[in-house]
Amino acid sequence: MDYILGHYNYWMVILLMMLGFYTVVSQGNLIKKIAGLNIFQTSVFLLYISIGNVKHGTTPIVAEGFTQYSNPLPHVLILTAIVVGVATTALGLALIIRIKEAYGSVEEDDIHNQDQSL
Amino acid sequence: MSDQWLVMLAIFLPMAGASGITLCSAWPNLRETITLVTAALVSVIVIVLFTRLEQGAVISARLAEPLPGLPIVFEVEPLGMLFALVAGLLWLVTSVYAIGYMRGHHEKNQTRFYALFAIAIGSAMGTAFAGNLLTLFLCYEILTVSTYPLVAHAGTAEARRGARTYLGILLGTSIGLQLLAILITYSLAGTLEFREGGILAGRLDPAWTGLLYALFVFGIGKAAVMPFHRWLPAAMVAPTPVSALLHAVAVVKAGVFTVLKVTIYIFGSDFILQSGSSDWLIWFAGATILLASLIAMTKDNLKARLAYSTISQLSYIVLGALLATNMGLIGGTLHIAMHAVAKITLFFAAGAILVAAHKTEISDMGGLGRAMPITFGAFLIGSLSIIGLPPFGGMWSKWYLGIGAIDAGQWLLLSVLLVSSLLNIAYLLPIPIHAFFGNAKDGAQYTQIKEAPSSCVAAMIITSVACVVLFFYPDPFYKLAVGAAGGR
Amino acid sequence: MIEQNLSLLLVAIPLLAAPIVATLPRGKLPWLFTLSVSWVCLGLAIWQLWLVTDGRIISYELGGWAPPWGIEYRIDAVNAFVALIVAGIAAVALPYALRSVEQEIPLQQTPLFYTAFLLCLTGLLGITLTGDVFNLFVFLEISSLSSYALISMGRQRRALTAAYQYLIMGTIGATFLLIGIGLIYAETGSLNMMDLSVRLPATFEHRTIHTAFAFIVVGVGLKLAMFPLHVWLPNAYTYAPSVISVFLSATATKVAVYVMLRMVFTVFSGSFTQDTPTGNMFMVLGIGGVLVASVYAVYQRDAKRLLAYSSVAQVGYMVLGIAFGTALGLTATLVHMFNHALMKGALFMAIGALVYRLGSSQIDAFNGLGRQMPWTFAALFIAGLSLIGVPGTAGFISKWYLVLAALEKSNWIAAIVILAGSLFAVIYMWKLVEALFFRSAPQSDAAVKEAPLSLLVPMWLLVVANLYFGFNTQLTVGIAQTAVNILRALPQ
Repeated sequence: MDYILGHYNYWMVILLMMLGFYTVVSQGNLIKKIAGLNIFQTSVFLLYISIGNVKHGTTPIVAEGFTQYSNPLPHVLILTAIVVGVATTALGLALIIRIKEAYGSVEEDDIHNQDQSL
Repeated sequence: MSDQWLVMLAIFLPMAGASGITLCSAWPNLRETITLVTAALVSVIVIVLFTRLEQGAVISARLAEPLPGLPIVFEVEPLGMLFALVAGLLWLVTSVYAIGYMRGHHEKNQTRFYALFAIAIGSAMGTAFAGNLLTLFLCYEILTVSTYPLVAHAGTAEARRGARTYLGILLGTSIGLQLLAILITYSLAGTLEFREGGILAGRLDPAWTGLLYALFVFGIGKAAVMPFHRWLPAAMVAPTPVSALLHAVAVVKAGVFTVLKVTIYIFGSDFILQSGSSDWLIWFAGATILLASLIAMTKDNLKARLAYSTISQLSYIVLGALLATNMGLIGGTLHIAMHAVAKITLFFAAGAILVAAHKTEISDMGGLGRAMPITFGAFLIGSLSIIGLPPFGGMWSKWYLGIGAIDAGQWLLLSVLLVSSLLNIAYLLPIPIHAFFGNAKDGAQYTQIKEAPSSCVAAMIITSVACVVLFFYPDPFYKLAVGAAGGR
Repeated sequence: MIEQNLSLLLVAIPLLAAPIVATLPRGKLPWLFTLSVSWVCLGLAIWQLWLVTDGRIISYELGGWAPPWGIEYRIDAVNAFVALIVAGIAAVALPYALRSVEQEIPLQQTPLFYTAFLLCLTGLLGITLTGDVFNLFVFLEISSLSSYALISMGRQRRALTAAYQYLIMGTIGATFLLIGIGLIYAETGSLNMMDLSVRLPATFEHRTIHTAFAFIVVGVGLKLAMFPLHVWLPNAYTYAPSVISVFLSATATKVAVYVMLRMVFTVFSGSFTQDTPTGNMFMVLGIGGVLVASVYAVYQRDAKRLLAYSSVAQVGYMVLGIAFGTALGLTATLVHMFNHALMKGALFMAIGALVYRLGSSQIDAFNGLGRQMPWTFAALFIAGLSLIGVPGTAGFISKWYLVLAALEKSNWIAAIVILAGSLFAVIYMWKLVEALFFRSAPQSDAAVKEAPLSLLVPMWLLVVANLYFGFNTQLTVGIAQTAVNILRALPQ
């Protein structure tokens, strides 16, 4: 039980990961797909942050009286990954706008039908 | 000029000629002059190379080394010399013929025709002089690809279909089977050099030898051993000079030449005899000889009949290689030359009939011989040589092949050879006889029809005379064949 | 000075040039600037390769932070070779781009197009040069994001959906890679490849490392278009602008192959792959890729799509080389990376030239054009022979090594599959050749002119390279063998 509770952040990571991945695969709406992708990425961010946590560690700022710090590197890494994620989302949404202009729809089935009927 | 340069010239002069031909496409006379001059030069070169070889010169020329230890290298040895002589000399004759034919028949795209023809001859020369299996394979493939547009020359749906079969089978077998065999050979022996006595002996379990040998024999699709023979009749949609030179000389002989070369220099005839690896393969060749002859009898189209006759005759050579006895190899090698001269005569005649009388079906040719005596006379001589009757060159190769079969104790094979000769008589001789003594179906008298253009006639006369000369004077080819078979 | 910062410059120059191009006025200026940048990059890449051919290793510490804490650029023969492919194809593709982009991309977008192109180049070069796995992820995303944008600029609206599909799958792949990297970091506390190759073996027993390896292989496999993760590729290459099809087909998958090689052989050393069924997995995927994609290619009616499926099959060959894991197999993979870049580049350029004149890449539309565009046709023909692997062309060399590697392992199935792939290539290339040369052109159209010189020259440059590297393999095989020794070396 302790093991399960003690790692609750990892369970959350897995839950979010599955949720996000399922959304990407199952949804036909392009915007919802992007949302799912975001959830998926976020779960990975959480994973990194969890890795960086050190038991009884504090914020990694050097100060009097503290010797145990959390590992700052994963946080730095994940800042970069967040930026990448934002860029991906922006590009994805921009593409959706163009698709909407071209097809008049953001539903995958709809778009697929239009392409077939060409 | 040093010998290396001669070898290079023999291969690259036709290639250079091809570019010259392309440049002169606007001036047909100049273009044909280039063809003739190149062909004449190549003939001189191969003859000079032949005399140099007679004098015992060792000639090899290295071009590049694409894979470490596997250079592109050319070497002159008796077997290749024989093939080069045949291809080089007959190119000259065919060029003379082709000019008359192409103009007489008003073919389109003549520039492309002459240029690709020259490239094909260049790669045939490369095949002949290849110093290792990689070089041979390279030239073999260039030959395939460069002849493909020649087969499809007419551009009709039928020509395209034929050309597709042609390319499909030749590329398919060469990449699917032959390349695999080459790679296996390389991974076993660590080299692809042609060496006296072979490079595989002792490196391969005899049980597997047969399989590898089969990969080669069937992989060399140009040898047209059944069941990979379909491309040859399909290729008959090509203009007649193409059929004549490429499908009686260069392409098909490149195939059987490769079989011989692999047998002698990769496996080594002793190794094949010891391992007994050709015991079952030999029946494929035997069956091809008989079946192709039988099919030939059913064909009414003259070129189709000749095509199946070629398939049958090619398997004689393959048979000689598979027997792997000394006499068998000599017979097979000699047959390259003898069959080439005889078969090209037949094709020339077939083309002349097409140009002069516009006839392709044998049943329509009754009585035509009286209008075109020279053409059908040449056809008769060619037929007799193919059948193997004296005094024509074809007798010698059959003679040695027969002795080879006896040496190997293969009495059944000997009877195959004899039966096949009878079949040859049955499907070839009726044609000239019918033409000379028969009558046209509709009883018409051919008063309008004259002999084909003089250059066609000249070519036919040269090759049919050659058939006779080769009976009395086969020495040069015989010496080369003996040299190739190991000189024992 | 330049020599010391060579590797950094190779990434920094296109990166800095990208925003500058975006601000340049419309017209030829953005193109000219991009062209000069790409040529500078090519020069630097050649210089860099020349420095490492003898087996030397350049280690560049970014910002002066010593590895394994700081980011290290670590150049050996492997990545210098791949960087040369990327820079070389970019330098050849750009002269081609001028006319092709003028026709396919609206004028106001051209500066942005070239900006995205430079960013893509930055990303691809960065992936090859960096010695840090997280940095690799960042560069991977730079190249991917810019390529999504580039693909979406194709003139049919389906380019948009193709780009979107690629974006979704590419992001999933990159995130998988990120998960894998995170798990490795959790186990070892390091991100430096060389450092990892020393530290990882101690943890090979751990389940986490196996999971990490699986995530990384799937993630990179998506980028690599490794069968069955290839579904994004045919659409992306079909609808992208011509020059982008050329550039991506010749470089993007090659770089992904490089990442796979690095991950499998450097980060997780060869002993890990031997203890796990990795080899078998790659074998199955490679064989499946070659066969399935080749069959698909035969049935395509769009020339670009046909070539795209052929690319998936060619990736299968490279995967097979990885599966063998032997010196010969890896040599084959590396040589094929180079040769395939040459042949696919030339083929896509030829198709691009046809599209330039016709506006369509349907095979039926090409009927009879071989006579009207003889140079384009000849280029297509020769590059096609190279794709088939006819001797005398570059393609033959890679096939040769690959089959030898299969025979060396007595893997008959793989050897036969490789040759069967060649036979399929005969069939699908001949569909193109026959349409171009032997079918008659529709009567109504006015005569189609040969493609302009600016398209022909780069195309023929690659065609000649195809022939040259079929006869002289000192550069390709020589460097590949040095590179293979580095890849297979055990960590010290």
